[in-house]
Amino acid sequence: MIGKAAKGGGWNFRNVGETLAFSIPYILCGLSMGFAARVGLFNIGAEGQYTMGMLAAHIVAVCIPAFPGQWLLCVLAALVVGAIWGGVVGILKAKYKVSEVVATIMLNYIAMYLYPLICLNLLPQATFNKTGRTADLAETSLLSKFLISDSNLNIGFFFMIAAVLIYWFIMEKTRLGFSLRATGFNKDAARCSGINDTQAISLSMAISGAFAGLAGACVLLGLVRYSKILTGQDNYGFMGIAVALVGNSRALGIFLSGILFGILKQAYSIMQGMGIPKEVVTVIEGLIVIFIALRSGLSLIKDYRAKVKARKEVSK
Amino acid sequence: MIGYISLIMMLVAPILITATGGMICERSGVVNVGLDGLMSIGACTAAIVHQQLELAGCGRISIVIALIAAAVVSGLVSIIHGVASIDMKADQTISGTGINLLATGLTVFVCQRFYNTDRSKEFMLGMTRDSLGFYPTLYISLAVIVLAWFVLYKTPFGLHLRACGEHPAAADSVGINVRRIRYIGVLSSGLLGGLAGGCAVLTQTIQYTSTFVNGRGFIALAAVAFGRWTPLGVFGASMLFGASLALATISSMIPALKVVPSQVFNIIPYLVTLIALIIFSGRDYAPKASGIPYEKGAS
Repeated sequence: MIGKAAKGGGWNFRNVGETLAFSIPYILCGLSMGFAARVGLFNIGAEGQYTMGMLAAHIVAVCIPAFPGQWLLCVLAALVVGAIWGGVVGILKAKYKVSEVVATIMLNYIAMYLYPLICLNLLPQATFNKTGRTADLAETSLLSKFLISDSNLNIGFFFMIAAVLIYWFIMEKTRLGFSLRATGFNKDAARCSGINDTQAISLSMAISGAFAGLAGACVLLGLVRYSKILTGQDNYGFMGIAVALVGNSRALGIFLSGILFGILKQAYSIMQGMGIPKEVVTVIEGLIVIFIALRSGLSLIKDYRAKVKARKEVSK
Repeated sequence: MIGYISLIMMLVAPILITATGGMICERSGVVNVGLDGLMSIGACTAAIVHQQLELAGCGRISIVIALIAAAVVSGLVSIIHGVASIDMKADQTISGTGINLLATGLTVFVCQRFYNTDRSKEFMLGMTRDSLGFYPTLYISLAVIVLAWFVLYKTPFGLHLRACGEHPAAADSVGINVRRIRYIGVLSSGLLGGLAGGCAVLTQTIQYTSTFVNGRGFIALAAVAFGRWTPLGVFGASMLFGASLALATISSMIPALKVVPSQVFNIIPYLVTLIALIIFSGRDYAPKASGIPYEKGAS
């Protein structure tokens, strides 16, 4: 649909590529949210973990002299820093019982201000001007494009696929995943059966942060491609909440719903061309989340039907 | 000096009002993560209503109307959260997050419809300082917290409300309508959140932008937890967080502090909130049934 809509009805593969490129951070942030959700945590902090991952990739890309394969180091740095930013919340939650909702939100804002603080003050001044748009990053640090070369589709796509597979494997096939899910179902029961719930919570937040950090690296090195100084929130992390909820925190579900949100994002420009405010997308997203919250109301209808049926049988 | 105090109180007032609403809501047994969104909706409504009425030549009365409109609209939106968390027994964090997302989209969408840009048009004159140098929001916020204390601790209704947050089954068994009380709790958090948003936009700026609230609803939520769900505690916590918010503005007025990058001062309120939550975690002061849907008849 998106491929067609743009230019007079004909298929335009550039738009397909852009849609897939946009869905990379959505899916990764969705995985971040979903991974914590399966352990019973509400990780609103994907935004901050994403920002910190982006910052780490940025620092490595700018400060280290270019060498082939630099992008791999950037991605690794993003993974580690994202994991730390998420893991801190896990430790706070497990050890001090600090609400992860409030803690992650505070860390989101700290990350948001930390990004310009570090960029403008600690990085070599020569690479920046204060307007935000600067020289392109070194070619060796970028994620190269493939398949549809006039779009932004880049090898971050393979990282994303790998992340989805790793998510599925850890959650469904390993002992670790089982202990995480058990903690999510019933923390006390899990502890009674010998699962270290403190470790499970910290670890799940760290892994969850690593996914979001990877999203940050993919956006900076694959989509932005110059050393941007973040001044607000990119909202990929918040969109990740909706992605994970629509995908019901399952690997395949998150993958598909991430593609859906990629389509919506790519539709921004087309919608604005038609005079529709792009905020409609955010409104739709908010409504999706609210209706998913209302999902539990369906069981009320079921109960009511059962009651009516029972009453009929009694009156017979 | 009075200038600094006035500035701090200007920033404290919205947080205090929102936190009071959040406190009432949690004491009745519903967690409202959507406070931030409710503040946004209130701020947007107040900015638009005030701008339109000012243009129509209503004079100073338009500020009062704008505040009432902000509270009412925000209260109506909070009913969504009420239905989800009380009747539908939904996950309250998810529904609150939904409200937040909806608010970010909806406010900007409404501005797009009204003004064709992503912000509301500037109004000419917001609230003005009184002869002491304070904004009226200070008195509104103090009135709200004192009233909340009186209702919660000195009236039978307040006792009922607190009972619903601690042990709804016990409250139900003595004939208290848990559903009604929780709706009142959610509704008051919506009304107060909207009022706070209106107070903020009419004192601190001249138009609504999508980044105006900037997580202060969440700071209020943290103030409720940090203040241990009591009026006095919430008052103290709001003062602390408001003062640290004011630091960013004050630092730009003092030449000696200008060498420090402004982002450092921007980080401080959030860092203080986080550290405060860690230090004062320990024992659990939260209302026992807060965040848990009440199912009638289920032991």
